Amino acid sequence: MKRGSRTASLLPKPECDLTIDAPSIFFPRAPFPTRGDFVRQIITATIVAACLTAAACDRETRAVRAPTTANGVSGPVSPTSLRAGGGLALPPVDPRAPLYDGNAYQISEGQRYYEWFNCSGCHAHGGGDVGPALMDDEWRYGGAITQIRASIAEGRPNGMPSFSDKIPDEQLWQIAAYVRSMGGEADKLAASSRDDHMRATPPNNQAKPGPEHGDATAARLGAAR
Amino acid sequence: MIRRSLVACGPWLLVWLLAGCAGAQSALDPAGDQAARTESLWTLMLWICGVMYLLVLLFLAASIWRARRRLAGPPLSQGQASPAERPLLRALTGWVGLTVAGLLVLTVGSFVVDRQLAQAEAGQALRVKVTANQWWWKVEYEDPVANRRFITANELHLPVDRPARIELEAGDVIHSFWVPNLGGKQDLIPGRTNHLTLTPRRMGLFRGQCAEFCGLQHANMALDVTVESPSAFTAWSEHQRQPARAPSDPRLARGRDVFVGAACASCHAVGGQTAMGQVGPDLTHLASRRSLAAGARPYSRGALAGWLADPQSLKPGNHMPYVATNPDELNALVDYLDSLK
Repeated sequence: MKRGSRTASLLPKPECDLTIDAPSIFFPRAPFPTRGDFVRQIITATIVAACLTAAACDRETRAVRAPTTANGVSGPVSPTSLRAGGGLALPPVDPRAPLYDGNAYQISEGQRYYEWFNCSGCHAHGGGDVGPALMDDEWRYGGAITQIRASIAEGRPNGMPSFSDKIPDEQLWQIAAYVRSMGGEADKLAASSRDDHMRATPPNNQAKPGPEHGDATAARLGAAR
Repeated sequence: MIRRSLVACGPWLLVWLLAGCAGAQSALDPAGDQAARTESLWTLMLWICGVMYLLVLLFLAASIWRARRRLAGPPLSQGQASPAERPLLRALTGWVGLTVAGLLVLTVGSFVVDRQLAQAEAGQALRVKVTANQWWWKVEYEDPVANRRFITANELHLPVDRPARIELEAGDVIHSFWVPNLGGKQDLIPGRTNHLTLTPRRMGLFRGQCAEFCGLQHANMALDVTVESPSAFTAWSEHQRQPARAPSDPRLARGRDVFVGAACASCHAVGGQTAMGQVGPDLTHLASRRSLAAGARPYSRGALAGWLADPQSLKPGNHMPYVATNPDELNALVDYLDSLK
């Protein structure tokens, strides 16, 4: 009787000298480390690891109200100075941009509103029609989410209407986030993995982003990024 | 003491449970042919299964009682049936017969009811197309004459004693159309059209509900069903065909201008105005409806104002956005919408 002597005392007295190595979950703990202690440590470590892993599940945080970090009405000054044939200065950073750019819910809402507000009427499902294609890496008026939002809100020459009065600000951001995801610019974990229509290209979360060229006209004029 | 209070509570509990059988959303209170047929099948199943269940319990009790009495006696012989086992054998044969008969009655019963439900209804059916969206119902009354069609939302009016053939479609995900007092459930599936025929036989106000989980606000996706006399139905549908009432004073005109000028008109239509959005509920006769936001609140001017001021607090996650308006504009807008009887 070398190991687990306290354990053994609770059981009927064995007829021969059996070493009982009972799991310590069921019996009082031995005064020295046993195999049961080791098992218990493994279980504890697994539970802690599982909790830590679960804590990392932040693919999507759903905010049903629009973030109110900035004034929702676009002011008289455009956030982009990029015009066809103009300069290439980057727009001021908007604190709301990352909230939409990397969020699965906001992008999928944008996908819904892209159909609702008939963006597909001119831009098709990204391939372009009367309007330019949105899933390539050419951005005439800039490919940052702030710039895309500005293009939708303000309208652009040669046919793009201004939607600032017709689409609430939150939806403008959501649509911009979706448009950005078409070219593979958005967070891969947040971009949509499927569409409700036929498409010949890989889903948005597998699209490969190209380098952002900006406006071809501006590039020709020699403006450097 | 406890036993006495239990005995006192028993009848009340029974009354409380039975109260669930009636009401505006109950399959046990049929108000139409289809619901009555389904309910008769339900009653048949209840009686057959109830009687069989009682018999099983009875046999179980008898066998326990027998075993306790015979424990001391000689053991039953194996292999050959002893005289003591003969009644048991007879009972078992009877039991098998009873089970087969019960299952046969249930099978034939459900077959007959299924056939009745699938039967084409005699008489000219009213044709209604219902499209389910997250989280509201678009209801279109069809007519061979194009300009006699009309669209409403979250309410279904049916004339009594006339079959209504309902076409069911879905705009986004799978939903299920269920007005328990009038008929069974039928799914609405994106990309296909399902059909359901309802023949209401009793006038009244009923409640339909989406019966397939469809997202955050699945619970707040109700349908107000009104079964009314043919003359009342004709009057209602004639009124629905009219364009929206034109604003009668400057304040209502201001509200109309806010509606048409702001984002509202991008999604909602108001008959007779330039607002022609098709992705949200038609608001031509909004103020004549019983409830707001697919049954989320009973209709009132206050509920409407609250809904417009913050749609996400009344129905979180729904697709109605907050549209920035100042209080003056909001008041004018609410006045205008409240005038759309």
